[in-house]
Amino acid sequence: MSATVNPPVAFTQDELGWVSWIDPLPEAELTERHYAGLVDRSRAKSEYFRLLVRDPEVLEARTKTDKDIFYNVADGLPRAERELAAAATSRYNGCIYCASVHARFASTYSKRRDDVQRLLDEGVKADLGERWNAVVKASVALAATPIAFGPDNIAELRRAGLDDAEIVDVINGASFFNWANRLMLSLGEPSK
Amino acid sequence: MSMQDIIDTLAGIEPGSALDAIRARRLQARENAQKSYLSLFEPIDAGDVSLLERAAVAAFVTGLHGESPVATFYREKLAAGAGGAALLESIDAEILRGKTSGPYGSYPAGPLSVENTAGLIYRVSAASKPSLGARLAAALEHAHLLLFRPRDAASSDMKALLDAGWSTTGIVTFSQLVAFLSFQVRVVSGLRTLAAVNAQKEAAS
Repeated sequence: MSATVNPPVAFTQDELGWVSWIDPLPEAELTERHYAGLVDRSRAKSEYFRLLVRDPEVLEARTKTDKDIFYNVADGLPRAERELAAAATSRYNGCIYCASVHARFASTYSKRRDDVQRLLDEGVKADLGERWNAVVKASVALAATPIAFGPDNIAELRRAGLDDAEIVDVINGASFFNWANRLMLSLGEPSK
Repeated sequence: MSMQDIIDTLAGIEPGSALDAIRARRLQARENAQKSYLSLFEPIDAGDVSLLERAAVAAFVTGLHGESPVATFYREKLAAGAGGAALLESIDAEILRGKTSGPYGSYPAGPLSVENTAGLIYRVSAASKPSLGARLAAALEHAHLLLFRPRDAASSDMKALLDAGWSTTGIVTFSQLVAFLSFQVRVVSGLRTLAAVNAQKEAAS
């Protein structure tokens, strides 16, 4: 919609904008039903969320699913590795915007910015050490259609030290980005 | 919640099992994956996307992932709904025509172009168009794009849906539907794989 879109042509950890291809709801038209869908009122400032809020019930449920999978770190997989699963899935599906956000989070929580950058630069086959390789490989296997995730992925994750609860966090995090990537890639585009 | 959790049902997770306990640690995610399902298939307002359209797209999308309890569930859901049985034959035929391996597609011209991968650009067959109608035919073509080559998506694909009679709100709901199913089918597959590995280990010990 904006005439000034400057789409990135490579994966990056830089902050990107996102521009919708179809009309988001104007902020002035949002009702309490919409704000319930946005969950955080501040999301009314985002073009992406003002587009998705056209179906507020689905957006609310999607947002709460997302938040618990990634932010509930009372137990289970460290946040850095949940973000790694999100970034790897996004790299494999080709979502430059999603990969930028979650690569940044993976870097912040792991302090391994160079390794995260190698995932973006070299792709999902980059050698990031046993544990990260297992998480990336499992995420990629889940993202493939038909789904390629199998007992070998579970065995690899266990050898890398993950217990069943942590493996479920990988499954949830990677699966969720097959949801997120498809919305971000198809309803609009990133802009530098 | 009155209805049993759909992911637990499809993944075969029994109350009191180890995986039930693990899923209980992410209660908000579990409850809201269920709410996502309910708001897509039992919406308070189906004005922009009919229940029949939702069921047909779900049978198509999950069928394209290959045979699974999830695909069977949505195929039966379509068959059981008003007008669904009449669409089954076309949906089954289109699943066969659309089956391929993804993700593939093209990146914006630049350093990523070396990763461009060609693949099927699926179009609904002329034989299926009369029974599906223009709206559903456009929806299946777009769903196939979302599933297998999401990085190919362009603003012209939005225009194709609008031209076929989809409203902007309808496009949002329909996109959420395909994207949600892409999530659900993977969570179920992952949990089933983990349960099967553990069952084998128990049987062996």
